[in-house]
Amino acid sequence: MTTTQSLVESGSAARVPSRRATQPFRRRARRRLRRLPVWCAVGLLLVVVLYPLLWMILGSFKTPTEFFENPAWALPESLDFENYVTALTRGDVALNYRNSMLVTLPSVFLIIILGVAAGYALEIMIWKGRHNTLLFVLAGIMVPGQMILVPLFTMYFRAGLTDTLWPLVLTYTAMGLPLTTFLMAAYFRSMPREIFEAAAVDGSGPLRSFFLIGVPLMRNAMLTIGLIQFFSVFNDLLIALTFTTDPELATIQLGLLSLSDEYGSTQYGPLFAAISVNIVVLLVVFAFLNKKIMAGLAAGSLKG
Amino acid sequence: MNRVYGDRKTILILLLPTLAIYVFLKVVPVAWSLGLSFFEGNTLRGFEFVGFDNFTTFLSDDAALQSVRVSIMFAVLATIGQVTLGYLLALLYVFVLRKGSAFVRTAVFFPMVLPTVAVALLFRSFVAVGDTQGPVNEIINAAGGESVEFMASTWGTMGTALAMTLWSSMGFYAVLLYTGLLDIPDEVIESARLDGAGGLRMVRHVIIPLSLPILLSSIIFSLNATLKVFDSLLALNNGGPGTSTAPLTLYMYRTAFEYAEYGYGSTIALVLTLLCLVFTLTVFRSSRRRVED
Repeated sequence: MTTTQSLVESGSAARVPSRRATQPFRRRARRRLRRLPVWCAVGLLLVVVLYPLLWMILGSFKTPTEFFENPAWALPESLDFENYVTALTRGDVALNYRNSMLVTLPSVFLIIILGVAAGYALEIMIWKGRHNTLLFVLAGIMVPGQMILVPLFTMYFRAGLTDTLWPLVLTYTAMGLPLTTFLMAAYFRSMPREIFEAAAVDGSGPLRSFFLIGVPLMRNAMLTIGLIQFFSVFNDLLIALTFTTDPELATIQLGLLSLSDEYGSTQYGPLFAAISVNIVVLLVVFAFLNKKIMAGLAAGSLKG
Repeated sequence: MNRVYGDRKTILILLLPTLAIYVFLKVVPVAWSLGLSFFEGNTLRGFEFVGFDNFTTFLSDDAALQSVRVSIMFAVLATIGQVTLGYLLALLYVFVLRKGSAFVRTAVFFPMVLPTVAVALLFRSFVAVGDTQGPVNEIINAAGGESVEFMASTWGTMGTALAMTLWSSMGFYAVLLYTGLLDIPDEVIESARLDGAGGLRMVRHVIIPLSLPILLSSIIFSLNATLKVFDSLLALNNGGPGTSTAPLTLYMYRTAFEYAEYGYGSTIALVLTLLCLVFTLTVFRSSRRRVED
């Protein structure tokens, strides 16, 4: 493609030497003009994607009167942090964030640690039935959360766990493990087995090889899968809604939902502020880790 | 070698915690739930064996059938939209923007990581009417139309739910399909171009057939995710107006936990599971037939 183009270009340049200077310029201009619709489409796409976010963040700085009197696309008149103060103090957003973190971090930690260990046991260790065990665990991916809600609710109720955050941590761990185990096993499979065999020749036991070779080699995979699990746990509503009744234990998603019931149509400011906090926090995380997040989510869905 | 990596103690230490959690918190509850679907009642009231009564009730329960329709309609429309938009974006990334697509790819992907609840509340205010009218109605007014109260009608709510789902997930499907398109060898495209295939004909006869496997995985993944739609329709309009946009998941949640009908709730959960399975198998089989042709 490029070679033919340059051949044609040099050919025409040789025939009409006087236009040598103007031709490439015109061609470039024409090519740019032809790209114009593409750039318009891309611009429109970015507006569609980013404008709602921008509108929400700008809205979080507006006072109630600005909401009523100015049109929806007006910029806020000043950077008013009043809404954030209201959301954090009256709307329990700070408490909700604490609960979300208390649930999400232990769940993701457990999922990753247990998942990488199980992946090692199923892929590097050699035993009869490991293939069937992997399939057995894999079957769990197909089951929707609704299938296990009622029995789990009964179990947690009988165990007296309903006033704690434990039901959430346990359920998220159980729901995240099948996919994580499967992905970890797949990552272990892609590693050269010779590394582990060499370690065994050097006298390292299998458990020692796991901690000294397996875990360090899997750091990348653990981070990627950890991010998938972080988002699916942090953004969950169903499990949190089912197992927490006490507002003191509400996670951020429940908090947003009740905030919208409480202020709903009357007071947009605090609600916008609470949502904006979410957007900005995740935007910062995303800005640093977007490559890992995108690769991880794509891998997680295709293999699942 | 096999002796070192066949050590039973190590296998137990590493695998047992995962297996224990999986069996006790997933396998046992699934079996339990299967059993419950043949009972009526809840833990406080006690259970009574009713055989297949829950299933016959389901078939004559208008609210249940309505919620099945909502789920299926949402899943089909959202899947068509997500995969089509995602595929168009992926084509844009690979063949038009090429190396310069990283920023667009990342920006369009970003809404995917936002919580569905936050996105639903954002879109609800985006289409709001009244004193705090959102931009959508401002635009309709500017074009000379009357404000539309989207949340007051079934179609308005459904349309908004679909729009927000597409908005937040199209970038994800684009990246998914983009990785698939990148796997098509350059030589194949180059030789097709030399044979005179360009533009649409290239897409139709070369690119779509070659990316069919990943297209299929995306469709199956999307159907499975959207059949379980819950957060978006709940947070957007609480399944309303009335219960006209309540999907099967929300109906199950309300039956089991608001009306404390554990038995019937489990039956609904089973129907949902079967629905996902049927859709997956249908797509799978129809594609295999096409490949065989």
